[in-house]
Amino acid sequence: MYTQGLNQAVEDGGPEDAELLARFQAKIDREEKIEPNDWMPKAYRQTLIRQISQHAHSEIVGMLPEGNWLTRAPSLRRKAILLAKVQDEGGHGLYLYAAAETLGISRAEMVDRLLEGRARYSSIFNYPTITWADIGAVGWLVDGAAIMNQIPLCRCSYGPYARAMIRICKEESFHQRQGYEAMSRLAEGTAAQKRMAQDALDRWWWPSLMMFGPSDADSPHTGRSMRWKIKRFTNDELRQKFVDATVPQARLIGLEPPDPELRHDEESGHWRFGEIDWTEFNEVLAGNGPCNRERMAARRKAHAEGAWVREAATAHARKKRSRMAMAAAAE
Amino acid sequence: MSERGERSGNERDWPLFEVFIRARTGLHHRHCGSLHAADPEMALARARDVYTRRGEGTSIWVVPSDSIHASDPADKDMLFEPAMSKIYRHPSFYDLPDDVENM
Repeated sequence: MYTQGLNQAVEDGGPEDAELLARFQAKIDREEKIEPNDWMPKAYRQTLIRQISQHAHSEIVGMLPEGNWLTRAPSLRRKAILLAKVQDEGGHGLYLYAAAETLGISRAEMVDRLLEGRARYSSIFNYPTITWADIGAVGWLVDGAAIMNQIPLCRCSYGPYARAMIRICKEESFHQRQGYEAMSRLAEGTAAQKRMAQDALDRWWWPSLMMFGPSDADSPHTGRSMRWKIKRFTNDELRQKFVDATVPQARLIGLEPPDPELRHDEESGHWRFGEIDWTEFNEVLAGNGPCNRERMAARRKAHAEGAWVREAATAHARKKRSRMAMAAAAE
Repeated sequence: MSERGERSGNERDWPLFEVFIRARTGLHHRHCGSLHAADPEMALARARDVYTRRGEGTSIWVVPSDSIHASDPADKDMLFEPAMSKIYRHPSFYDLPDDVENM
């Protein structure tokens, strides 16, 4: 199927061959996957590089707010769970960097872009985890929202991304459960524990809804991404699904989302919610959230302090290779 | 690919390895992803951390990505189309009397 939008010049080159574009789109329409060596429009490649690398950066930066509680988890059980979750996030970042690399960008380039502040990661990780209940809220709400976003990505048209997402979704299903479980325990605890749980919900609710991105009216590329089957649902559709799933979960454990306008619409079956504060969202994206500077400083510090390990491993590998070459020459 | 495979004194150039995991004895090793490492030994250690956190494997292979030679997607029809018309290579092609139950 030929589409007008695809025939426009992209930022980094001239107009592309109409017949190749038509064949590419037909393949996507047949639900066939696009693989690394297949022809693809430049804008498809650039969109995916941006999206997959942002996703990878989010996994890596996302280790920081939870890492904050690793040494202070309230029991050995919770500590082991949290450690496993943080290890998963690291692994997920690596799967995603590997998927992005198949599009022709190097790992080092992606890391540079993050550390130099040229790449984004999810706005949610710029909020602090100040109490233990925040760890419950992060698992329940932040991972819940992420899973809502990621499940449709398992059917993304780009093969390596879809395969990485299948693995990630499988592994992440415990992340949300453990968070909800931790919140439930607090909610059924003492009055102070319940207050702590409600306070965490109060602070994480709106930032979690912002995770789905700007509303459809303000997402100019949604149409193209949906036509390319990079996206299967719009931001607003996913946000609504998340609210519909989460409100009953909150009420079940005696907590209430901080939205006076929240009401159940009998006719549509959906939960209607109040207006999101997009000024806050834009401020966080612009680098002015509560923890933007701290997160970037932590990543830069980790990268700089790990330099000697990388250098030592490189030197060791080089030494071993030269010894093997010498031994082979002596034979 | 060759650019990634080149080895210099900088970790930026650590080569890419493809990772294959055998889930259980008796099964093939299956490709599950890729990773960067300074050498094969490190690639094995990393593959264990990245790809077997839930008991997915009993054996790992790592292969430098630049050692893999792949068929060209443009040759797909030429290479694979000829097999599509040879349905007589499948047992279901053959008519047998109903009385022959298992063959």
